[in-house]
Amino acid sequence: MSDLQQGDWETVIGLEIHAQLATKTKIFSGSPTAYGAEPNTQADLVDLGYPGVLPILNAEAVRMAVQFGLAVDATITRRSVFARKNYFYPDLPKGYQISQYELPIVAKGHLDVMQDDGSVKRVGITRAHLEEDAGKSLHEGHAGVSAIDLNRAGTPLVEIVSEPDMRSAKEAIAYMKKVHTLVRYLGICDGNMQEGSFRCDANVSVRRKGAAEYGTRAELKNLNSFRFVEKAINLEVERQIELIESGGKVVQETRLYDADKDETRPMRTKEEANDYRYFPDPDLLPVVLEESFIEDLRSKLPELPDQKAARFVEQYGIPAYDAQVLTASREMAFFYEEVAAAVPGEAKLAANWVMGDFSGALNKDGLDVTASKLSSAQLGGLLSRIVDNTISGKLAKEVFEVMWAEGSDADTVIEARGLKQITDAGAIGKLIDEIMAANPKQLADYRSGKDKLFGFFVGQAMKASGGKANPALLNELLKQKLAP
Amino acid sequence: MAATLAQLSAGMAAGKYSSVELTRAALGRAEAAQPGLNALISVVAEAALSDAAAADARRAAGQAGPLTGIPMVHKDIFCTAGVLTTCGSKMLSNFVAPYDATVVSRLKDAGMVMIGKANMDEFAMGSSNETSFYGPVKNPWDTRCVPGGSSGGSAAAVAARLVPVATATDTGGSIRQPASLCGVTGLKPTYGRVSRYGMIAFASSLDQAGTITVSAEDAALTLQAMAGFDPRDSTSVDEPVPDYRAALDTPLAGLKIGILTEFFGEGLQPEVEAPVRAALEQFRKLGASVKEVSLPSLPLSVPTYYVVAPAECSSNLARFDGVRFGHRCESPKDLQDLYKRSRAEGFGAEVKRRIMTGTYVLSAGYYDAYYLKAQKVRALITEDFRRAFGEVDLLLGPTAPTPAFGLGDKTADPITMYLNDIYTIGANLAGLPALSIPCGFAGKLPVGVQLIGPHFGEARLLAAAHRYQLETDWHLKAPAGFPEGFA
Repeated sequence: MSDLQQGDWETVIGLEIHAQLATKTKIFSGSPTAYGAEPNTQADLVDLGYPGVLPILNAEAVRMAVQFGLAVDATITRRSVFARKNYFYPDLPKGYQISQYELPIVAKGHLDVMQDDGSVKRVGITRAHLEEDAGKSLHEGHAGVSAIDLNRAGTPLVEIVSEPDMRSAKEAIAYMKKVHTLVRYLGICDGNMQEGSFRCDANVSVRRKGAAEYGTRAELKNLNSFRFVEKAINLEVERQIELIESGGKVVQETRLYDADKDETRPMRTKEEANDYRYFPDPDLLPVVLEESFIEDLRSKLPELPDQKAARFVEQYGIPAYDAQVLTASREMAFFYEEVAAAVPGEAKLAANWVMGDFSGALNKDGLDVTASKLSSAQLGGLLSRIVDNTISGKLAKEVFEVMWAEGSDADTVIEARGLKQITDAGAIGKLIDEIMAANPKQLADYRSGKDKLFGFFVGQAMKASGGKANPALLNELLKQKLAP
Repeated sequence: MAATLAQLSAGMAAGKYSSVELTRAALGRAEAAQPGLNALISVVAEAALSDAAAADARRAAGQAGPLTGIPMVHKDIFCTAGVLTTCGSKMLSNFVAPYDATVVSRLKDAGMVMIGKANMDEFAMGSSNETSFYGPVKNPWDTRCVPGGSSGGSAAAVAARLVPVATATDTGGSIRQPASLCGVTGLKPTYGRVSRYGMIAFASSLDQAGTITVSAEDAALTLQAMAGFDPRDSTSVDEPVPDYRAALDTPLAGLKIGILTEFFGEGLQPEVEAPVRAALEQFRKLGASVKEVSLPSLPLSVPTYYVVAPAECSSNLARFDGVRFGHRCESPKDLQDLYKRSRAEGFGAEVKRRIMTGTYVLSAGYYDAYYLKAQKVRALITEDFRRAFGEVDLLLGPTAPTPAFGLGDKTADPITMYLNDIYTIGANLAGLPALSIPCGFAGKLPVGVQLIGPHFGEARLLAAAHRYQLETDWHLKAPAGFPEGFA
């Protein structure tokens, strides 16, 4: 199916995003949260759920959750309450997860998300609550048993629950990417999806276009990349439509996305679902936030992606789409601003290069902008040589390739390879004269009206100059000299 | 003979005996009494004697406090580093705690010498000490009777004069009821006054650590070291700790005592009521005025408690799953089997009953009718107490409706057993400090009178009890066959 919006069906999607908060220590203990340590070396007695130990709330996690709430224009709950979500699993040491249930710290926000066609869609955020992560169960590599690693147990998460406002996988991805951008701007989550710092569950249903009621939804789990989210949603939509059209009924269930088999399959149905027996955690006091605490955090919020994009349009005069792309990460936006500063008045040129060759090179090498092989000063130096006519834009692309490969400056490459543009009219005129002399037949044909041969002379002259002739000057001189 | 902790402390200070001598004597008494009373689950003789020697050295260095060198026992609900900590359960019969509870470390810092761990109802669930995996504790006043519970081992150990002080915990009366049944002084402080860190949780919003001692003065001395904010317990309150011993001298003149109408109704045995009323007269004689006070919501405290406490316990005890510590069944065939058999084998009947009750009241569709409603009633009860403390300084009533009952008498009917806590539960639901002090006898069995104070009113409570104990000697009576003092 190429376009799942076609036909009689409408897709309805809501996302639950789990973002690991970038605190140094866990949400209820003093253990470090760093990823990748030896199993069970970053879990203390609290994380292990030992008898008698008690949770102590990490204030930094509260600050981060409030910052998120402020960034999505949400209501910050003045008195939020931690609750216990009770279920048995070996990677859940206490037999309950400390989460928030009836009174989450963040309620009712929204996020404006730009779609591929440039239109903006507002997605409602129902709530965002603080909770602790569970540990990991490892079912492979241990014959006949499962292994438990509790390093992750107690890592702070903010779970961001959207309204069912998205109508296609593409919209869902655009929203998810926007949240991803936002949490990294705020510095509250590293956004690393491979390490599981940013994960997503999707609630997906379909209904006949125009229907007032939502269809029965399935919850898709285990979506740990943007690509998987898109694939899993599309697969699920396809499955549900086929099911209903062949007379079946969608059942409310949790389905697991299997990336290897590229399928979703049932994990548990509603009937099998746990009764989590939520109740307020008596070990923790309600989180009461003062107005001054909230206002202090508000005043310290960094410039957020939308604000930054609007400023780019205003300050640099670049299109909204460019501004959106350039502000997708704080680091990329910073890089762009430095490049733009190197070529005053040429902000669009800077945008084209940052979004084009530069981003292309990063993607090709799988690098983040912070790990770029070229600095913003180096890229700015290259663009300066275009602006001052030292090299042509076409030649600049070649220079960039060399710079990227060697990590060298533009001037060094231009100098070493003798790529400096020829802007001497006398020298170019001499070249043209030689070519005219060497091609008398073409010259005669041109002069008798075969205008198309102009290109032939441009090519010959450019070739003779080793590509270095200033194209505008070459054109002008050729026109003069070829004229009958 | 030194009959109290305070006297022992003075004796040591005067050089009459060393901590090592006291500790050795306490160990000897404990060993002799164990077959008859079963008050202790573990004894740590070697560690105790070494701690005692350290206490003596500290005294020699001029750094002894009032608790330094005093032998004591901890209820086996408190985690003690390197020492078996069973909570009276098979589930933890192999559990050596890797850390000290805050109560334990504070009393250790004060120089107290732990000689062992006291028997208790399994996970503190019980009113007779008959639910312990380690067998029932016997009441030193009559070994055919229960000592009360859940801190039955602590109460029996002090009543039998093995040690002058035992820590204990009180979730619905677990300090005061056994204190009443064993003729000793039991103090349950305000919720949040003493840290719960390292105290194995039964019902977190109700559990509070306190003391079993001979006298109110001893309770004041011990509480002084235990109380205070603990950054490891979010529910401990950051409120200054007053000088409890200095406050003991506060005279009773002008004290307004409220007697609770609801505590003197049906179910209270006349032989209990008589000494309690006599105690009231004594307080009046000492200058207190007496006023009748009604707490209309109080009769709902038992049903409220038996929703809230099991709900919390069902969640608190989920961590005992056979995975990381505690009892694990033999050769589990899969995860479900591991869970089911480890828990089925590790927990006793009363614990299972409460886990099931608690699981039920928190279930989808029942939560509002039970848990939520219970929390509302709890708020009403708290409000009733608040209103009462607008009129009076302290409330007085019986601690338990009966004296010690026979072993096995109430085990068949949980409801009858639960009703033994009818007068003590209110203070837990409202988080109030309360104590029970000996006030006479029903036949040969001791009877306690209960005083309840407003939040953080421990100093007032202890002063009232102390003034009473200066005029009476019920608290100094020791059961036949046991010494009347400690040295």
